[in-house]
Amino acid sequence: MSGRPESAPVASGAAGGKRFAYAPAPESRAVVRLRPTYGLFVDGEFVEPSSGVHFPTVNPATEETLAHVAEAGAADVERAVAAAARAQRDVWGPMPGSERAKYLFRVARIVQERSRELAVLETLDNGKPIRESRDVDVPLAAAHFFYYAGWADKLEYAGLGPAPRPLGVAGQVVPWNFPLLMAAWKLAPALAAGNTCVLKPAETTPLSALLLAEILQQAELPPGVVNVLTGAGATGAALVAHPGVAKVAFTGSTGVGKSIQSALAGTGKRLTLELGGKAANVVFEDAPLSQAVEGIVNGIFFNQGHVCCAGSRLLVQESVAGPVVEALQRRVETLRLGDPLDKNTDLGAINSPQQLERIRELADSGERDGATRWSPACAIPERGYWFPPTVFTGVSPAQRIAREEIFGPVLSVLTFRTPEEAVAKANNTTYGLSAGVWTEKGSRILWMAKHLRAGVVWANTFNRFDPTSPFGGYRESGFGREGGRHGLEAYLDA
Amino acid sequence: MGAGHRTRSAVGDTAVAGPAHHPVVDELTASESALRRFLFGLPGVDQVGAESRVAALSTRSIKNDAKLWAIDAAISMVDLTTLEGADTPGKVRSLCAKAVRPDPADGSVPPVAAVCVYPDLVAVAKAALAGSPVAVASVATAFPSGRAPLAVRLADVRDALHAGADEIDMVIDRGAYLAGRYATVLEEVRAVKQACGPAHLKVILETGELATYDNVRRASWIAMLGGADFVKTSTGKVTPAATLPVALVIAEAVRDFFEATGRRVGVKVAGGIRTAKDAIRYLVVVNETAGDEWLTPAMFRFGASSLLNDLLMQRSKQRSGAYASPDDFSVE
Repeated sequence: MSGRPESAPVASGAAGGKRFAYAPAPESRAVVRLRPTYGLFVDGEFVEPSSGVHFPTVNPATEETLAHVAEAGAADVERAVAAAARAQRDVWGPMPGSERAKYLFRVARIVQERSRELAVLETLDNGKPIRESRDVDVPLAAAHFFYYAGWADKLEYAGLGPAPRPLGVAGQVVPWNFPLLMAAWKLAPALAAGNTCVLKPAETTPLSALLLAEILQQAELPPGVVNVLTGAGATGAALVAHPGVAKVAFTGSTGVGKSIQSALAGTGKRLTLELGGKAANVVFEDAPLSQAVEGIVNGIFFNQGHVCCAGSRLLVQESVAGPVVEALQRRVETLRLGDPLDKNTDLGAINSPQQLERIRELADSGERDGATRWSPACAIPERGYWFPPTVFTGVSPAQRIAREEIFGPVLSVLTFRTPEEAVAKANNTTYGLSAGVWTEKGSRILWMAKHLRAGVVWANTFNRFDPTSPFGGYRESGFGREGGRHGLEAYLDA
Repeated sequence: MGAGHRTRSAVGDTAVAGPAHHPVVDELTASESALRRFLFGLPGVDQVGAESRVAALSTRSIKNDAKLWAIDAAISMVDLTTLEGADTPGKVRSLCAKAVRPDPADGSVPPVAAVCVYPDLVAVAKAALAGSPVAVASVATAFPSGRAPLAVRLADVRDALHAGADEIDMVIDRGAYLAGRYATVLEEVRAVKQACGPAHLKVILETGELATYDNVRRASWIAMLGGADFVKTSTGKVTPAATLPVALVIAEAVRDFFEATGRRVGVKVAGGIRTAKDAIRYLVVVNETAGDEWLTPAMFRFGASSLLNDLLMQRSKQRSGAYASPDDFSVE
């Protein structure tokens, strides 16, 4: 069975290649064995949900139903948290760090060994291009397990006190944009620190977390150390509200983050939130412009713009705005939108019809508010959820497309005149997750980094991730850090 | 970018053949200080960014028809080269036979673009290639170091032309470039171009000696402003020779020069390209940077020797489904 859209479209453009048209190069999906239905992963086994209810998960590129997954209810949360608490108390907590490390190293290696399977499954369920799931999501997920495996027996040296203790059971709710990678970001530090986990993947992208559960079985991780509960918002709400959960980690929208924070107020539970963003990508006139254009493209079109730290506001110095926008449009014309399993696809499908609707609504508002909308000529497949790469110019800071997180392949271009104005405009947002600075002047990079209100500032690059580097925001982008030594802090009582 | 955007709208798609005195060229080369100001006004190249861009382009998966097209295109873009002290008329003649009919067993294989030899063997190559579409290219200007007086280098060029060379591959004076004497480099390119007359001029930057991508971009502009028909990466005598990031930077430069002046300058990558896979990666970089207008033998060349046999082997594999033995293809 082929998961490809009927017509594999190719963005046409000046440098798109009429002479040299790349033939379809689809990755085989035979490596993935989908089951018709999936249970919940509780206490080391796949079990049926107490409700008996399953819901479908679809391939957003074809609208084909991939499988049915279980909907976890309150009773399942109860079972999973109890199993996690038992495992933490009896097995995982008392286990020497060097032994926990062995399991994590084993998980990392199996993730690498089964990387093709994970990448194809991620692309099927999420719609992201195989090039990204293969080259970014899966290798980074393995890297996080490797990295935190190394910390498991060195926690006393993490600078968090002489005898840091695990917190207990961590309830972890992850989003649909990087399903496997976000699961790895949550699980690896928690497990290294001696906690056990109940993980709730997003309802539209549950499959890679379930495959990861199989990998944990294969690694012979003791039962109950990791539990995976699939479901929608109600499942997540029941999980974070459960009194047996000592720590909640959530990545997702600012709205849900706020409701979790109010639900947890006064409970004594530890909380980290990684929420939305409206990052400024600031291009100065002395920037390496060719690479800046690459960085702009990567900043907003990576993962169809379904990235909390996406560089969705381009702030370009007015003196070079014309050439930069022209070069950007020429580059965007070469983007290849279509079958996510094709190894040459740059832009995949939008994850869900709801998200597509939100992107459409916001893009239309941009047009209504007077900004100039531009997309390259590119064929959109008939089935599935798609949105063309879109650039808005003439955007003013008051417009919704300059203020609200679109979470799609839509870039808003604004201009500035001086570094002070760039900082003022970049910081003029309720978010504070990430920012980018493009200049060949080192002193300006440092000055900007000091003044930008963002948890992550990239200089002459964008969307760079590494397990050794802490990631996270402040203001309405949340709090707490994931990655690096800092990422351990969220899971340890020092 | 740079000069490109000041004039883009004024320039149509009708390319002007030859170096011609385009107002942009005249303006940028009006004085040594004007040239220097322009070169230092070009945007810098971020090394990490340029290398990660080509790394991403290298993951393009070229299959089936696209691969067949790319292999045949690459064959037709080869400057089949021998540049050894030990070169003899016999060696050059056998190379010429290969150039005209790369695979004697398969007439559908296109001939290569040119045979590239030292000036003293041009006459031999010219005679061997008579009546064929394959051009004779000659390195000249005291190749590979270029360390000879200008008069000697120009005499070298005239000699090669007199012997019948259709294309001249000159080297720039890297010493002058690295000493900041950009006008000297420019004037020498101009002098060689003038000596070339209608013959095509490829200007070798020797990027391995220029070392930085900023230098590659600036030197490309000097070559183009001086009238180069092609910008060529390397002599093949210095390591590193051609690399994908260097090809990316040159492809950006020829694209920007076209936008500024309406004249398309070609790109030749040379040195160390041995496999069809490598060659296809270069085609992808050029395709997605300068555009497919550059994907013809008139606009893109590979300076290579062993590359041709790998292209032939991959071609036969692509058509028959089975790998041939290396001994199925002639070794010159």
